[in-house]
Amino acid sequence: MHNLDISFEVAPWRLSGVVYGTLMNDRAALAELGDAVDRPPYNAPPKAPVLYVKPRNTLAASGASVSVPTDAGEFEIGASIGLVVGRTACRVSESEALSCLAGYTLVADLSVPHDSFYRPSIRFKARDGSCFIGPKVVSGNEIREPDRLTLRVLLDGKLVHTASTSSMLRPAARLIAAVTDFMTLSPGDILMLGVATGAPRARAGQHFAVETYTIGLLEGTLLAESEAVSA
Amino acid sequence: MRTARVAYGGALHEATPRAQGLRLNDGRIVAEHDVVWLPPFDVGTIIALGLNYADHVKELSKELTLTSQDEPLVFLKGPGALIGHRGFTRRPADATFMHYECELAVVIGATAKNVNRADAMKHVAGYTVCNDYAIRDYLENWYRPNLRVKNRDGGTVLGPWLVDAADVSDPHNLSLRTLVNGKVTQQGNTANMINDIPALIEYLSGFMTLQAGDVILTGTPDGVVNVNIGDEVVTEIDGIGRLLNTIVGDAVFGR
Repeated sequence: MHNLDISFEVAPWRLSGVVYGTLMNDRAALAELGDAVDRPPYNAPPKAPVLYVKPRNTLAASGASVSVPTDAGEFEIGASIGLVVGRTACRVSESEALSCLAGYTLVADLSVPHDSFYRPSIRFKARDGSCFIGPKVVSGNEIREPDRLTLRVLLDGKLVHTASTSSMLRPAARLIAAVTDFMTLSPGDILMLGVATGAPRARAGQHFAVETYTIGLLEGTLLAESEAVSA
Repeated sequence: MRTARVAYGGALHEATPRAQGLRLNDGRIVAEHDVVWLPPFDVGTIIALGLNYADHVKELSKELTLTSQDEPLVFLKGPGALIGHRGFTRRPADATFMHYECELAVVIGATAKNVNRADAMKHVAGYTVCNDYAIRDYLENWYRPNLRVKNRDGGTVLGPWLVDAADVSDPHNLSLRTLVNGKVTQQGNTANMINDIPALIEYLSGFMTLQAGDVILTGTPDGVVNVNIGDEVVTEIDGIGRLLNTIVGDAVFGR
């Protein structure tokens, strides 16, 4: 049970509500950490994809509002392509990976900014209504090159961040192959390709939008916690 | 009241225990080994605790790069990790240290948002047993424990029964143990949790709304040992259940 009422024109027609995020897939994000990746607590750069779960309480549709935790003051707006699974993907090879997809959507993964990636940071990444998905799922017929998409993030209508999926360490097909080696993805599940470094931050009262040409515009509004309670 | 969900005769059923086997909700009495056991409820968000027993923290202290904690170590799992009682879990050929973890699973029964400690237990529907396998060879220090260790297909065993909260007088005084091929390898008591159930519900509901069907896996005591192909692993909690799982190799999965 989830509140994402997005249907689309190919199987499985609906989202399952299962969403996985991918951390540190952007080459630049990892490079920015420099020597720190080889020091404690990390001791080595990541080998397998670094994944996280977006639980059902986080899921929100385009146009929703989300409350910013008072103690944090701001959210990082993590924009990613969402790979929407169309048929069960277990141990798929890189060459067949994209054929397992129903299509692509946008994900705006709002996190409380944090500097350490040692622990899973659920308190920062599982806030209610903080994972926006939509506005629709576009099939692979319309997006032939998922690794050459440009994502733009706007705050209050102003362009603040541009990223390309071409910056990813593991392109979509390679990521799916690596992930499904140990965990099966089911129809309607979403795997986030990854957020580019330099994700902008936003405060209560601001409106954000993530857009890419073929999928459209995914948007939301940030509220102060007190407003959200009275709303 | 305790209930299971099983597959039998081409359909899914709710079932209750009988002296001999179990009774399906349509009246049929069937043997335990004639049904396929599923996780005993419709599972929502799976929330797991690491390092929630002091003795287990001590056991792992040598390999931890950071030991101090100012808040519970929480991680999440996806639905593909789950299997039921009498299921099979794969041990990859390249693993050298794969271990079980016997845990009390707390099932949420009512929406919980900003719940304080005093009201927390009202939000519990019941309990079941979890065996949450880990393969330590795959541990990495990025969002640790990483999903390759803790969200593997079939690596989280849940069941056999969902036991109503009303039937468990003190969930913080339950003996738990693991037996590998009949020999006890892990023992503990839920009294020794670092963060008890009310503390966990208060902490979690402070930043994420818990919903009916969400489950909190409350961590494991010390005594985790390697298991091998063919091992029968029983994780057992007094008054809650006895959960059986068998370790199999890659070949069973066509690898």
